[in-house]
Amino acid sequence: MSDKNHPEKQASGLTRADIIRPENLVYQKPELMNDVNMHYCPGCSHGVVHKLIAEVIEEMGMADKTIGISPVGCAVFAYRYLDIDWQEAAHGRAPALATACKRLWPDRLVFTYQGDGDLACIGTAETLHALNRGENITIIFINNAIYGMTGGQMAPTTLLGMKTSTCPYGRDPKLHGFPLKITELAAQLEGTAYVTRQSVHNVAAIRKAKKAIRHAFENSMQGKGSNLVEIVSTCSSGWKMSPIKANQWMEEHMLEFYHLGDLKDKD
Amino acid sequence: MENEILLLKGNEAIAHAAIRCGCDGYFGYPITPQSEVLETLSVLKPWETTGMVVLQAESEVASINMLYGGGGSGKRVMTSSSSVGIALMQEGISYMAGAEVPGLIVNVQRGGPGLGTIQPSQSDYNQATRGGGNGDYNVIVLAPNSVQEMADFVDLAFELSFKYRNPAMILSDGVIGQMMEKVVLPPFKPRRTEEEIARECPWAANGHGLKGRRPNIITSLEMDPVEMEKKNLHLQAKYKEIREKEVRYETTSCDDADILIVAFGSASRISLKAMETARKQGLKVGLFRPITLWPFPEREIREMARHLKGILTVEINAGQMVFDVRAAVDGSVPVRHFGRLGGIVPDPDEIVQELYKL
Ligand SMILES: Cc1ncc(C[n+]2csc(CCOP(=O)(O)OP(=O)(O)O)c2C)c(N)n1
Ligand code: SF4
Ligand SMILES: [Mg+2]
Repeated sequence: MSDKNHPEKQASGLTRADIIRPENLVYQKPELMNDVNMHYCPGCSHGVVHKLIAEVIEEMGMADKTIGISPVGCAVFAYRYLDIDWQEAAHGRAPALATACKRLWPDRLVFTYQGDGDLACIGTAETLHALNRGENITIIFINNAIYGMTGGQMAPTTLLGMKTSTCPYGRDPKLHGFPLKITELAAQLEGTAYVTRQSVHNVAAIRKAKKAIRHAFENSMQGKGSNLVEIVSTCSSGWKMSPIKANQWMEEHMLEFYHLGDLKDKD
Repeated sequence: MENEILLLKGNEAIAHAAIRCGCDGYFGYPITPQSEVLETLSVLKPWETTGMVVLQAESEVASINMLYGGGGSGKRVMTSSSSVGIALMQEGISYMAGAEVPGLIVNVQRGGPGLGTIQPSQSDYNQATRGGGNGDYNVIVLAPNSVQEMADFVDLAFELSFKYRNPAMILSDGVIGQMMEKVVLPPFKPRRTEEEIARECPWAANGHGLKGRRPNIITSLEMDPVEMEKKNLHLQAKYKEIREKEVRYETTSCDDADILIVAFGSASRISLKAMETARKQGLKVGLFRPITLWPFPEREIREMARHLKGILTVEINAGQMVFDVRAAVDGSVPVRHFGRLGGIVPDPDEIVQELYKL
């Protein structure tokens, strides 16, 4: 590749291939991530979690045996970003689609990817019943305490006092009820094998989150029951904060209420 | 064991037929008057024989979305319910139509509105034939009028549903679901293998286990209005093809008739009796039974109307199909409606009285 006319030829005379030699490579984009622009806002957690899922599927060698179910929410277009088979569910119904896919194709890796409005509000019934039946699936749950896609309305997970466009004076339990810790609920269910709460706001957290996703996916393939991986996330746009501020706010407020760590691991 | 003959309820016949026609999965939630479908499947345990999945879902909302997921993965999947439950499924049916996902929905109708009654009715005609949920779409609707047809239409509905990648519905009612008749069970047809599914459904999202294809995406979403219009026009072209090719109906004593009864499902059984009585009294009555309610046999009814004095539609509702019949004949002959409501089934003699009013 040292052709002088090569379009990628750098000023140094080296091409990209010269520079990026396999032995020098410390990090690369997972092959399962498509080369397209993501629609996520800067500072949004969705993109990071997508990458972790792509890495885990790749490392498990399951690219040709995975069915992803995308939600209605900001991740509705998840199917554009990961190069696997996808079905795009109705709002909240992803666990029902996943139930059917896994039962009809038991050797496939089946997961849903859902926001807090999708999973903990309109889809509460589908979520808890799929988990309680012990479907051999994984539910990836992006909890950003807000409805990102529709422009920042209150979610079931919105913290007390937190301002959103439908609780502009702050969430008031007398008016709006209390934030729902659905992951704690899920941990009570006999059907769940692994229930954990993670985050992706720094490198250490990202590593842990990836391990959790891998454990959940492996459980589902070993027929151990259902798995719920909550990722406490940022929504910089919905929260009306810069990406850095959103990360700080998440650490200070979200993690105070939504404690990180495994809630249940049958292993 | 081919062509087994049994005495069965319509609902039981659905269950037997499903197992015999290579159905991969049933997902449903109990409701009268159709709970025997899931009950019969639970007794027959097809997961131990054909490998068919049977699951009692947490709601009709979940059932239909299981259908969406299962159909989207290329499997032959079905659900059954009755009116109130079918109302809950409309969101999922609309998604299936939009994403072009096949699947079979059986509606054993009861009277409404609301919780209504558990007695039979045909008052979901409009809901079934107009799509029922949001958006411009249609569902293929078959209306059986015997236990035999309950059994036969399961495979037919699956075939049509996969041929056109469109949800199909068997629109039955509490009479056909609950009554017992002799039924010749359809010949046994094995479930398709993974290779066969890959060939029949190259679009299905099931994890592209068989190498050599790009990932598939099942979705009804399209943000670009130009593309979304194209998608809609594609659906409309498909519906036009179905209207041209898939109309089904049955005629009885129509050759010399100058009065026509148009009736489907159980109303057609009662109307047959009324027709026979009226003929004995000297009235030249024929019976036209639409078997597909969508596509509706409008051309056939229009043709027939040229030799008629009048048409009576008999429905167990307040007059729903009558509008399709009027549209078909376009004012060329008078069209009256007769129906009973609230779970009351018409009496043949009442129908004969109505014929004299034409
Ligand atoms: C039946 C239905 N109701 C409402 C909506 C509108 N809607 C789209 S996304 C959404 C909320 C998404 O919030 P969440 O699940 O938290 O996902 P996020 O965007 O925050 O990732 C709503 C209410 C819809 N598409 N369908
Ligand atoms: S609105 Fe929020 S959840 Fe949606 S992409 Fe932007 S930051 Fe992410
Ligand atoms: Mg959210």
